[in-house]
Amino acid sequence: MPSNKSVSDAPITQFVNCRILREHKLQREDLWVREGKILDPEKLFFDEKGSADQRVDCEGLIIAPGFIDVQINGGYGIDFSQATDDVRGGIALVAKKILEHGVTSFLPTLVTSPPDIYHKVLPEVKVHSGGMEGAGVLGFHLEGPFISLEKKGAHPEQHLRSFLSDGMSDLIETYGTLDNVAMVTLAPELPNSQSVVRELTQRGITVSLGHSVANLSQAEDAVRYGASFITHLFNAMLPFHHRDPGIVGLLTSDQVPQGRTVFYGMIADGIHTNPAALRIAHRAHPTGLVLVTDAIAAMGLPPGRHTLGQQVIEIQGLHAYVAGCRVEEALEAASLHPAQLLGISHAKGILDYGGDADLVLLDDALNVRATYIAGQEVWRKLHHHNC
Amino acid sequence: MKLIILNDYDQVGEWAAKYIRNKILRFNPGPARFFILGLPTGGTPLGCYKKLIEFYRNGEISFKYVKTFNMDEYVGIPRNHPESYHSFMWNNFFKHIDIQSENTHILDGNAANLIEECDSFEQKIKAAGGIDLFVGGIGPDGHIAFNEPGSSLMSRTRVKTLAQDTILANARFFDGDMSKVPTMALTVGVATVMDAREVMILITGAHKAFALYKAIEDGVNHMWTVSAFQQHPQTVFVCDEDATLELRVKTVKYFKGMMHVHNKLVEPLPPK
Repeated sequence: MPSNKSVSDAPITQFVNCRILREHKLQREDLWVREGKILDPEKLFFDEKGSADQRVDCEGLIIAPGFIDVQINGGYGIDFSQATDDVRGGIALVAKKILEHGVTSFLPTLVTSPPDIYHKVLPEVKVHSGGMEGAGVLGFHLEGPFISLEKKGAHPEQHLRSFLSDGMSDLIETYGTLDNVAMVTLAPELPNSQSVVRELTQRGITVSLGHSVANLSQAEDAVRYGASFITHLFNAMLPFHHRDPGIVGLLTSDQVPQGRTVFYGMIADGIHTNPAALRIAHRAHPTGLVLVTDAIAAMGLPPGRHTLGQQVIEIQGLHAYVAGCRVEEALEAASLHPAQLLGISHAKGILDYGGDADLVLLDDALNVRATYIAGQEVWRKLHHHNC
Repeated sequence: MKLIILNDYDQVGEWAAKYIRNKILRFNPGPARFFILGLPTGGTPLGCYKKLIEFYRNGEISFKYVKTFNMDEYVGIPRNHPESYHSFMWNNFFKHIDIQSENTHILDGNAANLIEECDSFEQKIKAAGGIDLFVGGIGPDGHIAFNEPGSSLMSRTRVKTLAQDTILANARFFDGDMSKVPTMALTVGVATVMDAREVMILITGAHKAFALYKAIEDGVNHMWTVSAFQQHPQTVFVCDEDATLELRVKTVKYFKGMMHVHNKLVEPLPPK
């Protein structure tokens, strides 16, 4: 029976027989959704005298907030760093495919590129919500070109840059625009980086440290200026050394300003990082862990098969490799923590009342069974009933 | 009075739930004929609510044609405060069953005019045709609802200031901080409950034993307001062994001897 329509006459969906991730625990609770948002059923009951219009039986599955991937370079043959004729189409294809892995929002990532690539690609895509067509785009992640030569990794050497005297104008000239940019990875030891970090932060763009030979002190300075993320911890940075832990030392640094958290991305495929190292990081700073795919164009075998760099394998990998890591922690590393990193955790990465109803339904082995965006089912694994 | 003496808390909850279930089923409510149930909050009835939810899940009972009136609510705490009686009823009962919201009634401790709210509650009970079965608990000071010692046995729904004992007892739900406990509540009166066609009081634990003694073996007295039900024609007291510790052996033996008769009231009803 619908509500008394005092607030809304939109239909109300009640997910029953599920365990939801709330307050860091899996709880046996129903989940209520209306108009794309998580609904408070107690308020509905007492204020609106309402009840559900339809019930979805989840048959005991887990409901977690939809996963958020903040580092994904492409997939299924698409490379985001190419200025193709159909940039939008490429992003859309990947956005659609990653629904199968429970990813409901992502940051298309561009690796170090010459300026004309950024000038062609960036204006093509705006921040937009997800839906039936695919996961939502929260903005671009620009990884480079302001990174260290010694730690370029797979980035093309000839396109690396450093900041000239006025770092910001140099940066804007390179990228062309900062509209629809959500994150920039840079090396903080580059001269003139401090003002860049500060300005980007002020503009609401997340600054991430990566592909860098910074020592801990330089990294801490950058954090003070606003940097809040580490791009693929351990990879493309100086190794942890007990007399200078470098960027890795941020996980336990006492110089991080009060009330701020330094998050760190991990590619938990067991290959980029030894599982033991992953565990050390997790134990040192469990609330900062953010799982990323760092997937490349080659990702994407037919649905149901998992390869390197796919989110689900990451989760399973984390679960398998990090002994003692609870399911809830693994799920939060893929949803809550990236949302907190991007400053959107009032709406995404949570199942709190008023939040966006981006959901992923999982079985106990953390296989994705269904994906929802704004309360609408956008993908379901075939040959399974209901959820 | 019927005094039902069971071994422990769980058995009390189960017996009481079965009694309520059977009452509702025998009444056979429908769209034109609701069963009106008065309900308590607190630790004592939790076991009973759990069992009723179980019966609902088994398909033994529906609350579609049941109307409920709760006994009381704190004044001045937000309705969605985790310790409000609205929250209690939602989390421990309503959200698990098929009751319709418009059929539930809980006093609004944030109403603009508290006296009007209380009067209106009495009117609603009247409009519903009166209460068929009022379920309640008993405080260690013998109070029913928030009818603290000294409350008139003729009292109706009204605003009450809570006794120091009650505030102390409730502090554990408010981070142990007495200053956070509400000092006033809206409560049905003793006479409001007396008006019900039947009353069932649940009492468990040794700390309630003296109150039970005062309620049923001593005189009717406004210092122990539950004693008023000695003058109600249809009262059932359901208690555990510990709650009988202050009663006369004779009383306990008499009522234990009646259990084979009383247990018939909770046997599963024959299918229609």
